[in-house]
Amino acid sequence: MLGRVANGIFWMYRYLERAENTARLLAAGHRMALTRGPDAANEEWRSVLTTLGLRKPYEAVYHDYSGTHVSDFVLRGKGNPESVLTMFERARFNARACRSAITLEVWEAVNEGWMGLQDLLDRPVRDTSLGTVVSAIRRESTLARGATHGSMMRNETYAFARAGTFIERADNTARILDVKYYLLLPSHAYVGSPLDTGQWDNVLRSLSGERAYRWLNAGRMDARSIAQFVILNERFPRSLAFCYSAMRDNLASLAQIHGVDGQAHALVSEAEKLVLGKSVEDVFEQGLHQFLLSFIRSNRAVADAIAQQYRFVA
Amino acid sequence: MTASEPLQFDEMNAPDGTVRDAYRDYRQWLNQQDAGWMRRKSGEAESFFRRTGITFNVYGEGDAEERLIPFDMIPRIITGSEWRRLARGIEQRVRALNAFMHDLYHRQEIIRSGRLPERLFRNNRAWLPQMVGFTPPGGVYTHIVGIDLVRTGPDEFLVLEDNARTPSGVSYMLENRETMMAMFPELFARVKVQPVSNYPRRLAKSLAACAPEEAGDNPTIAVLTPGLYNSAYFEHAFLADQMGAELVEGSDLRIVDGRVQMRTTQGFQPIDVLYRRVDDEFLDPLTFNPTSVLGVPGIMDVYRSGRITIANAPGTGVGDDKAIYSFMPEIVEFYTGEKALLPNVETWRCADPDSLKYVLDHLEELVVKEVHGSGGYGMLIGPAANRAEIAAFRAKLRSNPDNYIAQPTLSLSTVPVFTQRGLAPRHVDLRPYVLVSPEGIDITPGGLTRVALKKGSLVVNSSQGGGTKDSWVLDD
Repeated sequence: MLGRVANGIFWMYRYLERAENTARLLAAGHRMALTRGPDAANEEWRSVLTTLGLRKPYEAVYHDYSGTHVSDFVLRGKGNPESVLTMFERARFNARACRSAITLEVWEAVNEGWMGLQDLLDRPVRDTSLGTVVSAIRRESTLARGATHGSMMRNETYAFARAGTFIERADNTARILDVKYYLLLPSHAYVGSPLDTGQWDNVLRSLSGERAYRWLNAGRMDARSIAQFVILNERFPRSLAFCYSAMRDNLASLAQIHGVDGQAHALVSEAEKLVLGKSVEDVFEQGLHQFLLSFIRSNRAVADAIAQQYRFVA
Repeated sequence: MTASEPLQFDEMNAPDGTVRDAYRDYRQWLNQQDAGWMRRKSGEAESFFRRTGITFNVYGEGDAEERLIPFDMIPRIITGSEWRRLARGIEQRVRALNAFMHDLYHRQEIIRSGRLPERLFRNNRAWLPQMVGFTPPGGVYTHIVGIDLVRTGPDEFLVLEDNARTPSGVSYMLENRETMMAMFPELFARVKVQPVSNYPRRLAKSLAACAPEEAGDNPTIAVLTPGLYNSAYFEHAFLADQMGAELVEGSDLRIVDGRVQMRTTQGFQPIDVLYRRVDDEFLDPLTFNPTSVLGVPGIMDVYRSGRITIANAPGTGVGDDKAIYSFMPEIVEFYTGEKALLPNVETWRCADPDSLKYVLDHLEELVVKEVHGSGGYGMLIGPAANRAEIAAFRAKLRSNPDNYIAQPTLSLSTVPVFTQRGLAPRHVDLRPYVLVSPEGIDITPGGLTRVALKKGSLVVNSSQGGGTKDSWVLDD
C-alpha cells in the first residue's frame, strides 16, 4: 500500500481513539464534579484539561473552570485545535483521503459519525445533555471500530489501523494516570478516605475499567492493585500492557506481510519490556511519574519509527 | 418535425396523451404507487447520497464545500433497439476519433487531403508537439470517451460534444443505479434493465489491455487524482476502489530506474498504467506547467520510452475542441469510409466570415460557445439573453471571431422529473461512456443523463443547477 495512505489510516484511527477517550474523560469528570463541592469540582475539570494538554488554549479563552465551559471547549471549542469535533473531522478527512483503502462499512460509520456529531455539537452543550453527547461519541467510535473489525481484510491496512489505535490508547492511558499519579503513590495512600477512593474510581471510570477492576479485586481499592490493573494487566484492553501486546502482534503481522522487520520492531520490543513481564514493585521502584514519562517517550518513539520505516511521508 | 409533434419532444408522454413504448412498464408501476410514499422516497434519496459520500466539491464555498448533485428518481428510459442504433453511431465516431488522433500526431493525411485546415490545431493549446511521431502503447489515444448526446425527436439523436480527455460523471451513472435499486427493488423485477454495474471491471480490463508489453499479464493500474480538494475526488476514489487500483497523487510518484513508481510502505513500486484525472498541463512540470505539483517530474520521458500507459494519452484534448467538433462528420467519413451515423448539431464557425455575418445577424436565436470552453461557462444562449448580454457578445465575436462557434437553440427532449406537485417535463442530455482498447470498443448501455432542473432551462451542467437521473436501456 502507499506510504501516504498508511499514514492516513494510522492517524484516522488515532483520531477516533482520542475522540473516544476524551469523551470518556469528560464523562468521568462530570460524574466526579457532581459528587463534589464546587472547589473540588473545579479542580477536577482543571485536571481534565491538564490530561488533554489543553490548559494553555483553554486559559486563553476562559478564566474559570466551570463544567459547562470545560465541556464545551473540549467538545467543540473554536479555540481548541484538538476538540472532539475536530478529531472526528480529521478522522473523516483521512477516511476520504484513503477511501479506497477502507471498506464501505468503515467509510459509512466514520462519515455518519461525523455527520451526527456535527449536528449534535452545532450548539453549546448544556450540562443536562452532556451525557447524551458523550454516549453518542462513544457509540460512533464503537461503530467505526466494529465496522473495521467486521469488514476489513486482515492485511497491511488493518495492521496500520490497529497500530494507530493502540499507540493512541497507550498514550492516553498513560496521560490519565500521570495527571493523578500522586494519588497512587503508596506513601500518599490515605487508605479508605472517601476522597481518594473517589479519585481512584474516577481514574478507572476514565478508562471504562471500574467494573473489570471490581470484579478482579472484590472491593479492594488500593494504589498497588490499581497501578497493577491499569499498567500491567494483560487482559484489560486499555492497560499499557495490553496495548503493547497488541502493538507487538500488529507489527509482527506487518513484518510477516513484508518479509522484513526494522527499527519500529526494535523499538516496540524496547517499549514492551517496560510493561510486559514486570511487577508493580518494579514500577513503584522507578517512581510512577518517572515510569510514565519514560513510557510516553518510548511510545512516541515507536510512532515516529513506524512513520519512518513505512515511508509515511516522502 | 411533423405537424402533429409539439415543439418539444417528451420522451415519456406522446402528444396524444399515450405513454411511449420505452416508458410503458415503468408508467404502469408508477401509477400504482402512492403519491405520499413517492414524496418520502424522494427525500430518502438525498440522505442515501450524503451517507455514501457522493459529493462534489465546490471551490470557495467555505463550510459548504461538499455538495450533492441533485438526483431525480424518475428514470430516463431508452429501448433496446434505440440503444443498438445509438451504440453503432457512437462506436463509429470513437473509432474515427482515435484514428484522427493518430493521424494528427503522425502523417496528417487529413490535412494533406485538404479536409481540415491546419490552423485549427496549430493554434490549439491542447495540441502537444511532444506527441508528434509517438504511438502510445496499443495505439490507443482515447481510452475513455464520453459522447454528449441530445435528442430532438423520436429518431433524432445528435452529438453535442465529444469528451476525449477525462470525461467525468461515470460514478454518478453507477451510484444512481445503486440508489434506484436500493429505493425501488421491486421495480427492477418488473422492468428488465441492462446492468451498468460491471463498468469498473470493464474499465480495469480495458486499461490492462492497453498496458506496455513488458507489463505482462497482470499490469499495475493506478488512478492519479489531483487530490481531496478536486471537484471530482469522489469519483477518482470510487473508481480506484471499484477497480482494485491504487489511488495516487503526484507526491506519491517518482521516476525510479526509468519507470514511474509509487512510494509504498515497502519502497517504490512501478506502475504500468496510469489512469490520470489530471490535465495535460499539470502532468509533468518538466515538460508543461513548471509550477505544477499535481504531476510527476519526468513522466513524459518515461511515457515516450514506452514504459507506461497514460490514459487518456496526452494531447487528446484536441478532440474536445468545438472547432474540431464542427468537422467531425468529415473526420468520421475520412477515417471510416462511411457516412457518420450520428449527426452533429448544425454549427457555424465564426472564423468563417460568411458564418460570422449570419451569427451576428441571428444572435437572438443562437447559442454561441467558446471554442475551448466547457462546463456551460462562457456561452450565450440567445433566446434567454437580454439586450445587454447580446451586445456584449456581439463585441466579443467581432474582436475575436476565431474563438467562437454558434449553434441553433435546439429544442432538447424532455423527461419528467419528480416535483412536490407531481411530474413536470425538464430538458435532458445523455453522456454514454466508451472504453477503447486494442481488444475493441466497449460501450456501457446507457450512461449519465443530466437534467436541467429549472423549468425551461437548457443548461444541464451540475455547476449550474443541473441534476442527474438513472438512465435505463431496456433489455428487450
